Amino acid sequence: MTASNFPRRREALLSLAALAVWPALAGNAPAGLPGDSVYRLDAALTDQDGRPFALSSLQGGPVLASMFYTSCDMVCPMIFETIHATLRALPAPERAATRVLMLSFDPARDSVAVLKKTAQARGCDDRWVLARADNGTTRKVAAVLGVQYRLLSDGEYNHSTTIDVLDPSGRIVTRSARLGAADPQVTAAIHRMAATRG
Amino acid sequence: MKLIALLAAAAASAGCLAAPGAAYVDVPGGSFASVLPQGPVPTVSSAVVIEPFAMRSTPVTVTEFAAFVRGHPEWQRGAAPALLSDGRYLLQWSTALEPGTALDANAPVTEVSWFAARAFCEEEGGRLPTWLEWEYAAAADATRTDARRDLAWRRQILAWYERPGGMALPAVGGAPNVWGVRDLHGLVWEWVDDYNALFIAGDSRTQGDPDTLKFCGAGAINIIDRDSYAVLMRIALLSSLQAADTTSTLGFRCVRPHQGQQ
Repeated sequence: MTASNFPRRREALLSLAALAVWPALAGNAPAGLPGDSVYRLDAALTDQDGRPFALSSLQGGPVLASMFYTSCDMVCPMIFETIHATLRALPAPERAATRVLMLSFDPARDSVAVLKKTAQARGCDDRWVLARADNGTTRKVAAVLGVQYRLLSDGEYNHSTTIDVLDPSGRIVTRSARLGAADPQVTAAIHRMAATRG
Repeated sequence: MKLIALLAAAAASAGCLAAPGAAYVDVPGGSFASVLPQGPVPTVSSAVVIEPFAMRSTPVTVTEFAAFVRGHPEWQRGAAPALLSDGRYLLQWSTALEPGTALDANAPVTEVSWFAARAFCEEEGGRLPTWLEWEYAAAADATRTDARRDLAWRRQILAWYERPGGMALPAVGGAPNVWGVRDLHGLVWEWVDDYNALFIAGDSRTQGDPDTLKFCGAGAINIIDRDSYAVLMRIALLSSLQAADTTSTLGFRCVRPHQGQQ
């Protein structure tokens, strides 16, 4: 795992600026969202800094959403790598506006401290939200993201691996199952959003 | 068994969240070999421990669900967003509140999404069963806790699938199994909480295909017992669903913590 994925300071600042305009915590999903917006789901999550947040608080910009668990050493590191590659493939303003949601399958072992450590180990800056929730909420979010997973008797998880692209209103505009390099479908979807927003 | 059922009914009526008449029966836990492999090796069956739970003796009925939507306007037809239920949600009902006379009041409610089913169970102080809990309860016949090896019993269950579709569902209340649970077979498909945990490998010959990379861990699952057709059909159906989907043959029941003494 390389640590060369930290963004430059200017990008980090841009990212913070983008963060500031988003509500820190929303209650129920606000009206005006499309009917199929994932932000219609009432889901309480906790981030890698232990801050509670509502899924709907991610609205307002493009989001790359996926699921993982820390003790997974096969495909999960590749998800992080793929998202890093995707962010690198974006022009700076789009990169700064894009946030990443990584929800753990494994709340029993992925404590806030473990999430924090994982975020550091995987070179995740402030654009990344590594999140955990109770089992029921995790199952609900997986349902809206179209992710399948099951706990095996040895504590590992079987799971499908996809990266969803959410538009600012929370509609899933693209779902990619490609790992490794940036999926052109994903970057194109984010370009389109940037163009629409002017 | 009768005593346990009575205890469960008493407990249900005592709880302020419980819907009137919702009878739960205790299902003791045990060791259980699922048709789905539960261990790290996808071709080897390994028994797992099922914790004790209490299960609704019958699927949730049309009348019970109508009472729920009266108290929960957000789950009336037309109110729930597309994310949580598709356009066929409660489509056969006469109005947003009234099922109407075309449906048997005591038939299992159908045309409900996974989210709606979950909301109902939460209101009742329960949850949807996991697949393992459902499969475990459904392995029992009238006298045995695991009748799955009995070919005659298997044939009896399979006969249901030969019934023509498109007919109105009859009322709940079939013969109880050894736990006192009814209608697990022969009446309606049922949601489980982890419906999105049952994914099946298309074909083991695709092992080298890059598409299999989208599955982490031991990879997609295999089916251990290929002779359990009736159960396999359930898995195939459930694994093809999205959480907002509804169909006229898909209902649900809930489970709650075990009530009796072990």
